[in-house]
Amino acid sequence: MDGVVSLFRFVSDNTSGVLDRTIEHAWLVLGVILAASVFSVFVGVAVQHRNTAKQFALGTASVLLTIPSLALFAIFIPLVGIGNRAAQIALFLYAILPVLRNTVTGLDAVDPAIVESAKGMGMGQVQQLLRVRIPLAWPVIIAGIRVSTQLITGVAAIAVLVGGGGLGSYIQRGLTSLGNPFSIERVWTGTLFIILLALVLDLLLGFIGKRTTSPGLR
Amino acid sequence: MSQDTSIGSGPAGTVGDRDPTDMPVMIHLDGVEKIYAPGEPPAVERLTLDVHTGEILVLVGPSGCGKSTTLRLINRMIEPTGGRIIFDGEDVTEMDPTQLRRRIGYVIQRIGLFPHQTIAENIGTVPRLLGWDANRATARTDELLDLVGLEPSIYRDRYPKELSGGQAQRVGVARALAADPPVMLMDEPFGAVDPITRDRLQNEFLRLQAEVQKTIVFVTHDIDEAIKMGDRIAILRERSVVAQLDTPARILSYPVDEFVDDFIGAGSTLKGLHFERVEGLDVPDYPTVTLETSRSEARQLLADSDFHWLLALDAQNRPARWIKDDHLSGSSQPLDQVGLQVRAVVEPNATLHDALEAMITSSAAQAVVIDHDGTYRGVVQIELLTEAIRRMRSDARRHYEQLEATR
Repeated sequence: MDGVVSLFRFVSDNTSGVLDRTIEHAWLVLGVILAASVFSVFVGVAVQHRNTAKQFALGTASVLLTIPSLALFAIFIPLVGIGNRAAQIALFLYAILPVLRNTVTGLDAVDPAIVESAKGMGMGQVQQLLRVRIPLAWPVIIAGIRVSTQLITGVAAIAVLVGGGGLGSYIQRGLTSLGNPFSIERVWTGTLFIILLALVLDLLLGFIGKRTTSPGLR
Repeated sequence: MSQDTSIGSGPAGTVGDRDPTDMPVMIHLDGVEKIYAPGEPPAVERLTLDVHTGEILVLVGPSGCGKSTTLRLINRMIEPTGGRIIFDGEDVTEMDPTQLRRRIGYVIQRIGLFPHQTIAENIGTVPRLLGWDANRATARTDELLDLVGLEPSIYRDRYPKELSGGQAQRVGVARALAADPPVMLMDEPFGAVDPITRDRLQNEFLRLQAEVQKTIVFVTHDIDEAIKMGDRIAILRERSVVAQLDTPARILSYPVDEFVDDFIGAGSTLKGLHFERVEGLDVPDYPTVTLETSRSEARQLLADSDFHWLLALDAQNRPARWIKDDHLSGSSQPLDQVGLQVRAVVEPNATLHDALEAMITSSAAQAVVIDHDGTYRGVVQIELLTEAIRRMRSDARRHYEQLEATR
């Protein structure tokens, strides 16, 4: 019980700091998600009809996800130096797989009869994609984006180790000062606010997903 | 069959009374060929075929005969590997395929409505592609919903998932008609609905076609659907080779070979009766009396005739009772109390099939022909039908002999 009370005390004493770190964390995640989503949807569309390319893309994305996060972050330091850039690139690579896989799955699931009728009525390739195939795959794609967001909100805590910001700094400071006052509280603050942020972002994306999905598909 | 209904006025189009080949050619296939892979047998082998303006040409054949492939060559959903396809005077292989497809309505078995769009948006697809302004497109959508029997105010803003199979199919047809294309390609359009709905959709479509007069190429594997829908039928065997191409009536009367005979199956004579009307029969004199005629006079008349029944007409000259010798000798009641009530009546525009059905239900085994106002015109007996069948067959045979001679 004491732990909870002191955690509250720590947070209320550091409100502006916690808020700043949370916002920093959120921006990091959102920027990466936006870039990774656009990239993954493009790749997904490009490889969907080419089986070899599809397997290669999905395989690569899976391998990226299996690289231990600490190592992946470190790999980019020699290339882009210490700082947010290395963190962004590593998170970007992690975020690819769920969106890519769901884009491919979503496009695969579009009823061929619907594409056939779109083509038969005189829609070109781009019109078929933008007016029919993407809108139909959209609920599945947005589900992938939500999974990616959850994933990298957590992983982004490690960004602090390569010089990035965000809520990971509380966890790191806490862990390196174990035994000192408020060290455990720091760890808990970082963890708790990451979870809260993940929940808020998920709700936000759920709302966006609902607003951007046709009522005909619900 | 309720006793007062006269059979007749079948759905428009079931009886072919005009020759579709009199109209100009809309689509001309000239030695069209499709080979998917070198070395493989062609899916379509040097097919030459004309589709005339305003006709429904049905391509029918066993599955895998290449009928769908043939259809899809016309709007270049599949690219031909040989031959030419002339659409309204232009070679389709020289046209931009998307532009071509916007000028050709396309209906497939699984319809392919866009589930994320409302019914109005679905129907407005081609008009939007063609850049119509919103008002014109909306007006057209409502017009089409009316045309296919769906109330615009109810269905306009619904989504496809809220429609039954039959309604979805109607929307599919409306969507194909949206930009008023001169030609429609229909690939088993009624194949996925239950038999009762299919029958209704077929009838509705024939009524619609009588109004819009499109040039239609219609693919089915169901010979009965082909007979019902087609102005002409092309029966295809493997590789889309035409086994017989003619009106349904002539194909039924004179299948050119065993393949066609097998394919149209049993009952072709009965089916053929759909294509002749009662008014085309040469109805002979039949002994009639009025209800006021005396019994002795009636008996005398029957005895002098070659028939077993007398037909008694009422004061308005409408058929009233069938009277037989037994009825006249049994009692002394006036004529309107004896004999059997006339139930089986047909109008002159009824088909021979309708007449046959009426005969079977009739107590006297013959059908009375009446005018629209119910007055007596004549009596159809079974001998007349057999004679008509013989005539249809010999006409068809003569037609083919002439074709052979001029070749």
